[in-house]
Amino acid sequence: MPKQDYSELNPLWGDRGPVIVGFLCNWCSYRAADLAGTSRFGYPATLRDIRIMCTGRFDPTFAIKALRDGADGILIMGCHPGQCHYQEGNYKAMRRVALLRRTLAQLGVHPDRIQLAWASAAEGTTFTQTVMRMTETIAKLGPLQWRDTVSDLAPRTPAPEAEEVSHG
Amino acid sequence: MAENGKPKLALYWAASCGGCEISVLAIHEKILDVAEAFDIVFWPCVMDFKVSDVEALEDGEIDVCLFNGAIRTDENAHMAHLLRRKSKVMVAYGSCAMEGCMPGLANFYDRERIMQFVYHDSPSTDNPDGVEPQTRTEVPEGELTLPGFWNTVRTLDQIVPVEYFIPGCPPEAKWTEAAINAIISGELPPPGSVIGMDVTVCDECPRERSEKKITRFYRPYEIIPDPDICLLDQGLFCAGIATRAGCGALCPQVNMGCRGCYGPNEGVVDGGARLISAIASVIDAKTPEEIDAVLDTLPDPAGYFYRFTLARSLMERTRLERQNGHKVARPLEEVPRLDPALKE
Repeated sequence: MPKQDYSELNPLWGDRGPVIVGFLCNWCSYRAADLAGTSRFGYPATLRDIRIMCTGRFDPTFAIKALRDGADGILIMGCHPGQCHYQEGNYKAMRRVALLRRTLAQLGVHPDRIQLAWASAAEGTTFTQTVMRMTETIAKLGPLQWRDTVSDLAPRTPAPEAEEVSHG
Repeated sequence: MAENGKPKLALYWAASCGGCEISVLAIHEKILDVAEAFDIVFWPCVMDFKVSDVEALEDGEIDVCLFNGAIRTDENAHMAHLLRRKSKVMVAYGSCAMEGCMPGLANFYDRERIMQFVYHDSPSTDNPDGVEPQTRTEVPEGELTLPGFWNTVRTLDQIVPVEYFIPGCPPEAKWTEAAINAIISGELPPPGSVIGMDVTVCDECPRERSEKKITRFYRPYEIIPDPDICLLDQGLFCAGIATRAGCGALCPQVNMGCRGCYGPNEGVVDGGARLISAIASVIDAKTPEEIDAVLDTLPDPAGYFYRFTLARSLMERTRLERQNGHKVARPLEEVPRLDPALKE
């Protein structure tokens, strides 16, 4: 795929593009990604995928840490409902992601930055389409830049003098 | 050590309610042991000391400083740095100093919005001239100063290094006593330790638990809970499942769900994320629509999950955006109503 200029969708991107951290389940979606690779389906190079055994292993801490450390979006993918290798894991993920999105919305993170989708091991195209669709959503929302929010909160600030104190 | 051989103790309050000061006195007659064992060199709430008394001390002359309260003004930070310099052992005493607690909820807003509400918009405000506090004000007698008010509330260990943490809002007397005994005997845990328990409030809660299947949440006023069954089983939000034990499960025993004041249990990075995980697990719903219907009965999830820990959480505060050269919080109302989770 040709290199995309994301600044057309949102000027704040400059010369970089969205960074989406993906949590893909071992049994379905990671294999869908594998299939997309071996089938040479093209998709945007925005996803940094991490294999987890099951979406039930997805801990909201993962998403929050990734967003804090510079990710612009989080994509969790697993087996279709009813097809979880461990029976219930994807239902738990569904509830956790729904609650995570509501919680982060209150902290000013657009809920579309956290998405949950399903792709079976045979659905390489579902996988690539999901990444494409999410990339476009995040590209329009612009960079999250949580570092910018917390950058002036640097821990252990130097001791202020009695007279000249910062008003940070 | 003082000339009389006693270790020197300082107690200070920053952005706090005063409850921690009361909790120190909740050790009852043990306070006499404290006075016996320590030379109290600074305790503005109880005894008449001045900041200049602390400044006059040598660096590291105070053996232990129990510091309660969050850091939200220049004065708080100045005192944190001063007491850190003068103290051998710095203890973050109570939830505010440890994790931000109630003052940390200000991190849902920013300085401008707080000033706007408190000095202009709140229904009980009578301020026809629109006066706001200034860091410097000229009056006929000279210049008056006030400490600067921060955009973001910080915890003590985000400002200065801290050796020990005593959780709780306020800490239970037995842990205050345990900490003081440890200091007196010199048998201190490794620096960085939390003085308390590692497990969760559920371990101390006498209520009967079964497999949880929650189809809706109730606000405390909506039902009268059964006194023997787990509150969460009954649909009342209880943070005990992801909150450090040590309080003796005081709130659940009087029909009130745990609020989470002891912070997350040992080994947890982000208490709020842990609560999201735990609460979501016990919801009995399998489609996005059903899940949303259940979650609609849990208003203000961020407020529930980060009630005591927002300032110490991974996100630390609401998102800030640059406007006219300085940072302001992104207004909450700009975040749209949630659409159902992606179905395909």
